[in-house]
Amino acid sequence: MAEPFKLLTAAAVPYDATNVDTDQIIPARFLKVPRQEGYGGFLFHDLRFREDGAEVPEFVLNRPGYRGARIFVANANFGCGSSREGAPYAFYDSGFRSVIAPSFGDIFFNNCLKNGIVPVRLADEICAALRNELKAKPGTEITVDLESQLVNGKHAFVIDPFYREMLLQGVDELGLTQSMMAKIEAFERAYGEAAPWAVR
Amino acid sequence: MAAGQSRTLFQKIWDRHVVERRGGLALLYVDRHIVHDGSFNVFRKLAARGAAVRRPALTFGTADHYVPTTGRSAADAPTPEIRRMVEAFAGNAAAHRFTAFPLGDARQGIVHVVGPEQGITLPGLVLVCGDSHTSTHGALGALAFGIGQSENEHVLATQTLWQAPSKTMRVRIEGKRPRGVSAKDAILAVIAKLGAGGGVGHVIEYAGAAVRSMSIEERLTLCNMSIEAGARAGMVAPDDTTFSYLAGRPFAPKGELWDRAVASWKALPSDEDARFDSEVMLDATSLEPMVTWGTNPSQALPISATVPAGSERALEYMGLAPGTRLDGLAVDLVFIGSCTNGRIEDLRVAAAVARGRTARIPAIVVPGSGPVKEQAEAEGLDKIFIAAGFEWRHAGCSMCVGMNGDLGKPQQRIASTSNRNFEGRQGRGVRTHLVSPAMAAAAAVFGCLTDVRRLES
Repeated sequence: MAEPFKLLTAAAVPYDATNVDTDQIIPARFLKVPRQEGYGGFLFHDLRFREDGAEVPEFVLNRPGYRGARIFVANANFGCGSSREGAPYAFYDSGFRSVIAPSFGDIFFNNCLKNGIVPVRLADEICAALRNELKAKPGTEITVDLESQLVNGKHAFVIDPFYREMLLQGVDELGLTQSMMAKIEAFERAYGEAAPWAVR
Repeated sequence: MAAGQSRTLFQKIWDRHVVERRGGLALLYVDRHIVHDGSFNVFRKLAARGAAVRRPALTFGTADHYVPTTGRSAADAPTPEIRRMVEAFAGNAAAHRFTAFPLGDARQGIVHVVGPEQGITLPGLVLVCGDSHTSTHGALGALAFGIGQSENEHVLATQTLWQAPSKTMRVRIEGKRPRGVSAKDAILAVIAKLGAGGGVGHVIEYAGAAVRSMSIEERLTLCNMSIEAGARAGMVAPDDTTFSYLAGRPFAPKGELWDRAVASWKALPSDEDARFDSEVMLDATSLEPMVTWGTNPSQALPISATVPAGSERALEYMGLAPGTRLDGLAVDLVFIGSCTNGRIEDLRVAAAVARGRTARIPAIVVPGSGPVKEQAEAEGLDKIFIAAGFEWRHAGCSMCVGMNGDLGKPQQRIASTSNRNFEGRQGRGVRTHLVSPAMAAAAAVFGCLTDVRRLES
């Protein structure tokens, strides 16, 4: 399970493109790799590395000031497309713990919540201002506070309290759900009687 | 929502499946969970926790992403790593005793073709799968959406899933589609109108005369690409077309149970005065065959259009200059298949274009499932394709995502019936143009993108 997240102050990476799909975040050919082998090297692989394996020097993750960053500031509809959980794995295993964007692909957003990455939705203009600041001064730190749900002490964001608690504790919801098994079984019996074609 | 109030199709299915609520989330009961050969991490996680598959009877699986399409043995896989993926799936299915269609099973195929085809997908159900194109199954009036592998694990262990409710959007496509305009063209036009993120946070219900008159296979194509507008799911209200399609399918209810089910399904359509969070309207009569020019599916235009200016990064990747006519643009390869357009009606339309003509460029046809392939061969479609110089393959996801090694080469331009023209989707540097099956077959015989209506007249 992911490590608990309470407050993080760290260098951040600005990424301007809109509609960044999870095929960009991690190309499909890497999804065969078992998680325990680490996904960090796959993050934005085909944009970050040339075909001969050398780094693309101008790609943002390879530029001085952004190496070792732990927060990623993106643009609208970030993480759209495929449901591959390899996308948050690649962020997490590269050291990232939070992605800030005006909007996210729904599945990527959920996958972040379950992998110790705090997906922060902030208004378009706030994200743009943060990215501009990071571009002007590489290495600028950003603070994501999950307890107060504030970025840099002033920009409020909301994570559903259910997932906020999970992220704060570094646990997932399976244990909670399993504690509700009697309720699930009762639901299943009643529903199965009303719709026997559904519950085989 | 309280009983008695007007509800949408989505709300009716949602309300029926809520086991528990916490904050803004609901614990939803899952009726059908389908896994595939890319879901291997799930079984590792489940084993690490010492958990079991709670309801094998509600769990199904098929091998699709990694299977070879040039042969029917795991040994046909191009690399040992891919071969291991195919074998691991069969091993997981056997160990956990759920119904599975591994490589070699006559029913094997792409999960979103197989589910409806086998009657696993039914109206009113909540169906999930670790693949974003699970939205496809909503064509039968189910609430179906893609999930990540952590969610797969949760469903396997509990048969439930925590979810935040989505907003609702109704996309009405009114009027009659002109000749030569397919469901693929309609959904590309919808996505172009909404934008790649226009449906984020929403479940789309497709309605209107043009949708009602669509076959189930056309509705499956429509719902399949809902995710390309960012929507969580796509749905079409079940009707007589739905019931006729499902009657007699292997996993559909039979006899008295069928009658009870149909009676229940007839209450699912959105109430007349149900409110949607947003409404979008398209005029089917103004639609044309569509083609994508950029690197996300919303970058689509009618074939009669020219490449627009303003998306420098996409145009650089695609090797296109603003003002270039799409009609006549040379392509190197054609791919016909995928969960979007790998069904029998798609293959019939493509074969009608290929019949008596010759492909000028390599073209591969990959049926969506074993039964689709069998049906196509019974109709002689394979012979038409082969005579026209198209390659006739076995069922799988193939070049839609290339995980099995079916990939293009850098800078190759592909006319593809699949669902994503993302950078690198069909291979590093490969340039994808999304089109309908008829347009893809026409591109093969002309060696360039062309207006298929020219051939049909």
